[in-house]
Amino acid sequence: MSAMIEVSGLDKTFGGVHAIEGLSFTVDEGQVYSVIGPNGAGKTTLFNLITGFYTPTRGDIRLNGEDVVGLDPNRLAQRGMCRTFQQMQVCMNMTALENVMLGRHLKLRGNLLSSVLRLPSLRQQERDCRDRARALMEFVGCGDYVDADAASLSYGVLKRLEIARALAAEPRILLLDEPAAGLNGTETAQLDELIRKVAEQGVTVMLVEHDMKLVMGISDRLLVINYGRKLAEGTPDEVRNNPDVIAAYLGN
Amino acid sequence: MLKQFLKWRLSGLIVLAFITLSIPFLMDNPFYFDMATQIAIVASTVVGLNLLVGYAGQISLGHAAFFGLGAYFSAIATSRFGWPSVIALFTGAAFVGLLAWIIGRPILRLKGHYLSMATLAVGFIIAIIINNQSGWTGGPDGMSVPPLGIFGWELSTFSVYKIFGFELQGYVAWYLFSIVVLLLAVLVAQNIVDSPVGRALRSIHGSEIAARTVGVDTARYKSLVFVISAVYASVMGSLFAHFTGFITPAIADFDHSILLITMVVLGGMASPMGVILGAVVLKLLPQFLTGFQDYETMIFGLILMLTMIFMPKGLLPTMIRILKSRLGARAGGDA
Repeated sequence: MSAMIEVSGLDKTFGGVHAIEGLSFTVDEGQVYSVIGPNGAGKTTLFNLITGFYTPTRGDIRLNGEDVVGLDPNRLAQRGMCRTFQQMQVCMNMTALENVMLGRHLKLRGNLLSSVLRLPSLRQQERDCRDRARALMEFVGCGDYVDADAASLSYGVLKRLEIARALAAEPRILLLDEPAAGLNGTETAQLDELIRKVAEQGVTVMLVEHDMKLVMGISDRLLVINYGRKLAEGTPDEVRNNPDVIAAYLGN
Repeated sequence: MLKQFLKWRLSGLIVLAFITLSIPFLMDNPFYFDMATQIAIVASTVVGLNLLVGYAGQISLGHAAFFGLGAYFSAIATSRFGWPSVIALFTGAAFVGLLAWIIGRPILRLKGHYLSMATLAVGFIIAIIINNQSGWTGGPDGMSVPPLGIFGWELSTFSVYKIFGFELQGYVAWYLFSIVVLLLAVLVAQNIVDSPVGRALRSIHGSEIAARTVGVDTARYKSLVFVISAVYASVMGSLFAHFTGFITPAIADFDHSILLITMVVLGGMASPMGVILGAVVLKLLPQFLTGFQDYETMIFGLILMLTMIFMPKGLLPTMIRILKSRLGARAGGDA
């Protein structure tokens, strides 16, 4: 099993604040790898560093063995990385289906000229793209909202729509930032099942999540961070019994 | 049947063609045709600007400068160097496109007010250059432009043409030509919108972060749409110069830029037919306000403000929504 993501000696400071400090870990291909920690521990900052929205102050990030520090998010997408957001990023000026079709951006061929002339190959490609997007919306469980405007959808549907869009890009690694936040029990159970199905397809999944039941059940490995530093790492059982983790979450 | 037609992506274009081509049967006054041709040319410009503002969500407060550059390029190349009009038009468009790319690359990194300020400055600089290079452009006095020559034909508003035994006045011929250009402008814009390129552009408006996450090179697409809209403006500027036969730096100045952007906002952002309606309304309005000429800019400002407050989606989309809800209510009542 090869390493999908290797992080070593990662540092990120905002002014005087050390958001991430000396963080090192490895995510193997095909794993479900979760990052947990109290609010403000630096989980989302870590995701923003890995996905290219922030540049590290120090340290090294490797994707499939390639140094990817300083690469823009769209360059990382070309290398098979995709993510969802805690603060959802959905294009409200488009329909739900178009949002998912957008996910296939890099899989589509054609340039401005073929668009202007509306070549038959382009139209065929659009039809295929539409079919695949529709299938993906069924897959994540929002098949009822294919023709709806994104702006008219509820929070829970939008959360799944973001996952469908990410999956449309056929990523090798998918980063989900608090996908269960704001979902009710039934919806969380559905999400649990969805992440399992995605992982079964061989996609590496990195997860930031507060729902412990979900995280402990689904993860192969866990990383616990606090104040930007690594507190513990290991299998769910190892982490659950780690005294430092218990102290951080429950107090001494 | 009607429903299917309305759902078709080119239904607006067909309606537009029907309306515009029936106009010659309804009026026979050279002044009206002059007005209608000017509207068609400026509407085509706005259709291009709409790709940038309405779809990609970027702003340009200096777009008249590209219109002016196209106009002056054609004017100078044809009158001083004797270039054929068509070649001057396309070379001008290529030049303006290149310029827009060079300018767009750095300034499109800016967002919101900062981008507004930068495009405003670009517009001012270009307008000042046109004004001051009087050796080439005639300065504030303007310059005359020869009629448009198309493959040996000369399209002039003062000529009379004979086609299939019919006599066609020059001003009617110009009108029909400008309508063909407008329909082509709408078709090209619509094809871009209904493609992966268009989806990428709209995603920049919707969420730039989402767009980048799925691999859209947002910087490249912003430059691309800036260039496309500048080329639209340049081509229409060239045609405008040949049509009116005389141009002044006013076509490149700030007021004209504001007029163009107001047409987009008033008519309906991201609605091709809407922005054309915006162009029609704002071009015709001064004709009805001749008594209030001193207050024209104020009235434009008021219109823009009221639109933003009461119809943020613009004139046409709001009208369609009201119509739909009325029809929907009636259908519901029947059932």
